[in-house]
Amino acid sequence: MTEPVRANTAVVPPQPVRVAPAPRSQWWGVWDQFRTHKGALAGLGFFVFILLAVTLGPLLWTIDPTFIDIRARNQGPSLAHPFGTDQLGRDTLARMISGGRTSVSVGLMAMVLSLILGTLVGVLAGYFKRLDGLLMRFTDLFLALPLLPLLLVIILLFRDPLRAAFGPETGIFILIVGVIGITSWMQTARIVRGDVLALKEREFVLAARSIGTPNRRMITRHILPNVLSPIMVSATLGIANAIITESALSFLGLGFPSDFPTWGRLLFDSTDYLQQYPERVMWPGLAISLTVLSVNYIGDGLRDALDPRIRGR
Amino acid sequence: MSVPHKLVEVRDLKMHFPIRGGLLQRVVGAVKAVDGVSFDIYQGETLGLVGESGCGKSTCGRALLRLYEVTGGSILIEGKDIAEVNAEELRQMRPTMQMVFQDPQASLNPRMSVANIIAEPLDEHMKLSKSERQARIAELMDQVGLNRDFANRYPHEFSGGQRQRIGIARALALNPKFIVCDEPIAALDVSIQAQVVNLLEDLQDRLGLTYLFISHDLSMVRHIATRVAVMYLGKIVELAPRAALYSTPQHPYTQALLSAVPDPDPAIAANRHRQILTGDVPSPANPPKGCNFNTRCPKVMEICRQKDPEFREVSPGCFAACHLLNDDQNNKPGRVT
Repeated sequence: MTEPVRANTAVVPPQPVRVAPAPRSQWWGVWDQFRTHKGALAGLGFFVFILLAVTLGPLLWTIDPTFIDIRARNQGPSLAHPFGTDQLGRDTLARMISGGRTSVSVGLMAMVLSLILGTLVGVLAGYFKRLDGLLMRFTDLFLALPLLPLLLVIILLFRDPLRAAFGPETGIFILIVGVIGITSWMQTARIVRGDVLALKEREFVLAARSIGTPNRRMITRHILPNVLSPIMVSATLGIANAIITESALSFLGLGFPSDFPTWGRLLFDSTDYLQQYPERVMWPGLAISLTVLSVNYIGDGLRDALDPRIRGR
Repeated sequence: MSVPHKLVEVRDLKMHFPIRGGLLQRVVGAVKAVDGVSFDIYQGETLGLVGESGCGKSTCGRALLRLYEVTGGSILIEGKDIAEVNAEELRQMRPTMQMVFQDPQASLNPRMSVANIIAEPLDEHMKLSKSERQARIAELMDQVGLNRDFANRYPHEFSGGQRQRIGIARALALNPKFIVCDEPIAALDVSIQAQVVNLLEDLQDRLGLTYLFISHDLSMVRHIATRVAVMYLGKIVELAPRAALYSTPQHPYTQALLSAVPDPDPAIAANRHRQILTGDVPSPANPPKGCNFNTRCPKVMEICRQKDPEFREVSPGCFAACHLLNDDQNNKPGRVT
C-alpha cells in the first residue's frame, strides 16, 4: 500500500493508476482482533489442548479405561496412575480421556443442533411475518414443557430402538445429542427473532430490497451476519449447558451405560466417595468447568472479533 | 432538452397503511400517507419534492420504487407499470432505478466492507469476473470521490459525507437512469451538504441521470431542482418549474412555506412579512373534508370545506390544486401574471 517516496524527481511522472487493493480476506482481520483478546487466546489454547488430549490421548496413555485391577483400587496419584484409581481399580486418567471424548463431542454436537434449530426458527419467525405467530407459539410450547420428565419419556421411548439400530454406544450418543439439542433451542430462537425484527426495519435492508436482493440472500448477507453476536453467545453457553445436561442425565442413570465413562458419569460415581477421596470429584469437575470457561472465553473473543466496529480498536 | 421524454409517469398514486385495532386485529382505518398523487418526471431533470415532515414525501419516493406494495394508481417507468409487474420482472427492472437514502449510517450494512456494499448490486444483477468486479468498484469509488484504498474498510470508519458517497456509489453501480434521493443531505452538516449536492449535480451532468430529490430544505431544492412539487398531507398541492414556483407561488400553502425560508440579508429579513400558519397538520388517518389544507389556510372559502380542489394546470407547466385558482374565481391573491 505504501508507495516509495520519490523525493528528487524534478518531473513527477503522473501517478500510476492504482487499482483498488485486492480484497483482504476478512478472516485475517478477525484473527488479528481475536489475538488481542488474551482470555480468548488462553481459552482457545486450553480447548485445543482438551481436544488433542481426548483424541490423541489414548495413543499415549494406553491403559484401557475399562480394565479392572481390583488390587490397585482407591489409589492416590502415583506414577503408574497419575490421577489415581477408582473403587474398582480402573485408571482415572484413562477414564477422563475416554469420558472427555464423549462429553466434548456431545457438547459440540448438541450445541450445533440447538443452534441450527434456534437460528432457523428465530430467523424465519422474525423475517416472515406470516410464520411469526405459529413459530413463536411453537417455541412457547417447548419452553412450557417440563424438561426432565420430557427427557425421561423420550429416553424410555427411543433408547431401545436406537440401540438396536446403531449399537449401544452410538445409539445412546445420537439419542442424547438429539434430546439435548431439541430441548435447548428456544432461548436462541427468541433472541434471534427479536434481533431480526429490529434489523428488518433498518434502512440497509430496504436498500438491499431496492437493489433487488431476493429474500434468501437478504437473510444470509444482511440478517445473519448482524445477529451473529447473540448467536455466538448462546452457542458458547449452549456447549456448557449441553455438557452439564449430559452430566445430569448420567447422574440420573439415564445417559450412557454405567460402565461407559463420561465426565458426568465420573462425577456421579465419585460423589459416593466424596468424604474419603475428595480428589476424585475434582478431576471431572475441573475438566467440565475449565472446558466450559474456555469455550465461553472463545465465544467472547470471537464475538468481538467478528464485529467490524470493535475490530481494529 | 428539446423533446422532453417522460421517464416516470405517476398517476393517482395511493399508499395507505392499514391501522389495526381491537381484539382480532381487524383493519379499522388507514393512514393515507400518499393519497392520489400524479406527476411526471422528464428524462434528465431533477424533480424536487418538498413538504413538511409527515406529509408523505418519503413514502411517495419509496412507493415509486415499489419498496411498498402500493394501494392504488399506476407508476409507469419507461412505459412499464411498476405497480403491476410480478416479482421477477420487478427484479429485472431494478437496475434502471435506484435510491439514495436519508441516513447514511443506517443505510449501510455495518458488517460489510465498502467494496462489498458497492458491489452488492453488481453481484445481484451482473456476472462479472473477479478482476472486472474490482475494476468497477474502483471506477465507482473514483466517480464519487472516494479514495480507492478505502475499499476494504467498514462504514463506521467513515464520516457522514463519505458514507453518503458510498451510498451514492452503490446507487450508481448498475448505471441507473432514475435515482430517488430520499433526503440525502438531511443527516449531514451544512458544509458537507454542499459537497454531496454538487457531487449529485456533477454525476447528473456526466451520466445523464434523472433525480427525484426529496427534501424539506427549500433553498437546497431551489439550487438543484428543475421543477418542484410541494406536498401537503399526502397530496401534491403545487408543481411548477423552479423559477415560477419560487417567484410566484400559487397555492397558499406554498406561499406560507416560502415565507418561512430564512433570508441571509438582515435588512430584508427584518422587513419581511412572514406568513405563520396556525394549528397542526391534521392526521393523515382522518384528513378533513374538502381541501386537505382548509383547516389552516389563511384564505379559506366555503367551497374549500366542501369540495376537494382538482389538481390542474393553472398556467403552462404550472399545476396547482386550489379553488382560488379556478377560473371562475376572479380574486387571485398572490398571482402575478
